[in-house]
Amino acid sequence: MKGQTEMKIIKIKKEAWGQGLEKLQSEFRLFGPVADKDGFEFKELAQGQLPVMDLGNTRLSAKSTVYPQTQVMFNYTLDESKEDHHIMKEVDLNGQPQAVIGLRPCDAASFQLVKRNFDNPEYPDPFWVRPYEQSTFVGLACDNPSPTCFCTSVGGGPYSENGLDVLLSREGEVILAKVITEKGEALAKAAGWDTDADENVFDERRDAAEKKITAKINSDQLKGKNANDLFSAPIWEDIAFACLNCGTCTYSCPTCWCFDIQDEVKGTEGKRMRNWDSCMYPLFTLEGSGHNPRPVKEMRVRQRFMHKLKYYPDKYDSDVQCVGCGRCIDLCPVNIDIRDVCETMNNYKPLKSES
Amino acid sequence: MLTYAEKIRELSAQLLREDKVDMVIGFRKGSLPMSNEPCMVKNPGDADKLVWDSNCGVNLASYLTDRKERIGIIAKGCDSRNINTHIIENKIKREQLTIIGVPCTGMIDKRKVSNSVDFDIIEVIEEADKVIVKGAGSEQTFDKKEVLRKNCEVCIHPNPVVYDEMVAEKVDINQDVDRYADVREVEEMDSDDRWQYFEDLLSNCIRCYACRNACPLCYCPTCFVDESQPQWLGKSTNATDTRGFHFLRAYHCAGRCTDCGSCETVCPMGINMRAFTKKLEKDCLENFEWQAGLNTEQRPPLDSFNPSDPDAFVK
Ligand code: SF4
Ligand code: SF4
Ligand code: SF4
Ligand code: SF4
Repeated sequence: MKGQTEMKIIKIKKEAWGQGLEKLQSEFRLFGPVADKDGFEFKELAQGQLPVMDLGNTRLSAKSTVYPQTQVMFNYTLDESKEDHHIMKEVDLNGQPQAVIGLRPCDAASFQLVKRNFDNPEYPDPFWVRPYEQSTFVGLACDNPSPTCFCTSVGGGPYSENGLDVLLSREGEVILAKVITEKGEALAKAAGWDTDADENVFDERRDAAEKKITAKINSDQLKGKNANDLFSAPIWEDIAFACLNCGTCTYSCPTCWCFDIQDEVKGTEGKRMRNWDSCMYPLFTLEGSGHNPRPVKEMRVRQRFMHKLKYYPDKYDSDVQCVGCGRCIDLCPVNIDIRDVCETMNNYKPLKSES
Repeated sequence: MLTYAEKIRELSAQLLREDKVDMVIGFRKGSLPMSNEPCMVKNPGDADKLVWDSNCGVNLASYLTDRKERIGIIAKGCDSRNINTHIIENKIKREQLTIIGVPCTGMIDKRKVSNSVDFDIIEVIEEADKVIVKGAGSEQTFDKKEVLRKNCEVCIHPNPVVYDEMVAEKVDINQDVDRYADVREVEEMDSDDRWQYFEDLLSNCIRCYACRNACPLCYCPTCFVDESQPQWLGKSTNATDTRGFHFLRAYHCAGRCTDCGSCETVCPMGINMRAFTKKLEKDCLENFEWQAGLNTEQRPPLDSFNPSDPDAFVK
């Protein structure tokens, strides 16, 4: 893999952790989980602020560190006395490098899945690609997976290194850091973390953590199924009945990437921005003519699950568009559970037809 | 509680078997502790799936909007009041409905329970008025009244106000509860503190609109926040737009809100947006002696016109 380095494990003591992060702040913008009311979320760390490392996963995913809910893309002025009036000016995307500290392996893997969308050779999206390239991902392994974590059945794991530059594993006050890429090495150096650890406990801890995962999905039969059969299967009315079309599942999902572009003008100054959008909303597909190709919620619910579990794997010849973080299961107010829906789809057999 | 579920299954199967309804709307067991999923049952044989416990906080009246079938619906106190409101507002016809009333003993606040234990919850069991929360190797027991939703703590209409069948005897009502202590607290703040209070209240709102979508009153074919030609409200995480959404939604619910708590139950961020609707509910009670949905004869105060209104401006 590009930028891969010879595997190295570093020991970071409590004081060195805080001091190292503080040092990093002169070079990097740091993001990490911080308390927010009764939960905790990824936010930019203030000077000297430590990321929360002893709770489970954040309520919302880490996608916002690269792809915030609202992101300004262009600025412009309508003031005709200015020379560049009515010209869109791209925001400066060459900001300070950033590091995301304490994201879980599922969130790290999610960047690899959405990369296929934002960083495709035909239309690379600079507003995602630049922040992504400027990020160093310092993951935190999960020794206590939650009951709804199912990363191991979608190609990940509580100690997966996919998408990470450094993987951390905690034991009491001591943190062990496995340096995975050159980027990670540069970060460790900048932080002054350089004490070699005497033993490699990662494999051992990985095995123990993986054993604790109880949730899973089965998607093995989905590849072989015909998309049209699934699309027209008589399963969606029942699956979608309870859905409120609230979009919580998509907003909290690390692998959902859809957005809506909006202009806002105040006085003569305008900005063009993008905001997260969701296939669960009627407005998502409403056309200028007033026609809506997905007028009812059943169609919207079907879109979400078909996209994640069928269209995406078919299009990219890959596993599902889900990293098993379990957020949509935990947060869905009416308990629509992707594990159950996947099971229904996976087991679906169309009635025999003549053709 | 078990007997409630048994009775619900029995009545539902019977309604379906006798072809009195095309479907029954109720809850089926969820895949997570403290979660049930609203569902519809069309075959008498499937009535067994229906459950009832203290995790049925979502207001089922939301699922009735504009349906054309003959429907059996399970209704606790607040659901029944929203069914009345739906009938008044022509969102469903009384003749279409067979209402299976459930005298409610209050619904659990899932978030309160999760925040009160320091382990991952694997199972939650209800026994009489106790709630037993289990994790891997840990267990904690609560009195149900400690973990009720805030609206249920002060509910004075737990018994359905309209029904065709009842699954049990009506429950006793605690009439001396102080319903509006929280609203008064906000009313008594000076304007700076109050501003700060609402700013904090909404600071982590992600504008997913789950609160609106779960609300049985929010059935507009196009909600004002979704108006796009022209656009009424910005779409970003701008704080003014977020407030705009909450204030306007609350006013749209004034005189119609039953304080069923569905909005708060479904919010992924744990926001207490009932602070808005509850204030308006209190004002309606104080100014118009009005509580929403108690019958179908009277229209809500803000959508009716009375020629003898004492205020000159409406004439
Ligand atoms: S979170 Fe649940 S109710 Fe909301 S849109 Fe997703 S599936 Fe539907
Ligand atoms: S679909 Fe659900 S479990 Fe999968 S990545 Fe998205 S939020 Fe996580
Ligand atoms: S608000 Fe009242 S009627 Fe509704 S669930 Fe709670 S106790 Fe029951
Ligand atoms: S449900 Fe919660 S987060 Fe979503 S719009 Fe309502 S208050 Fe905001």
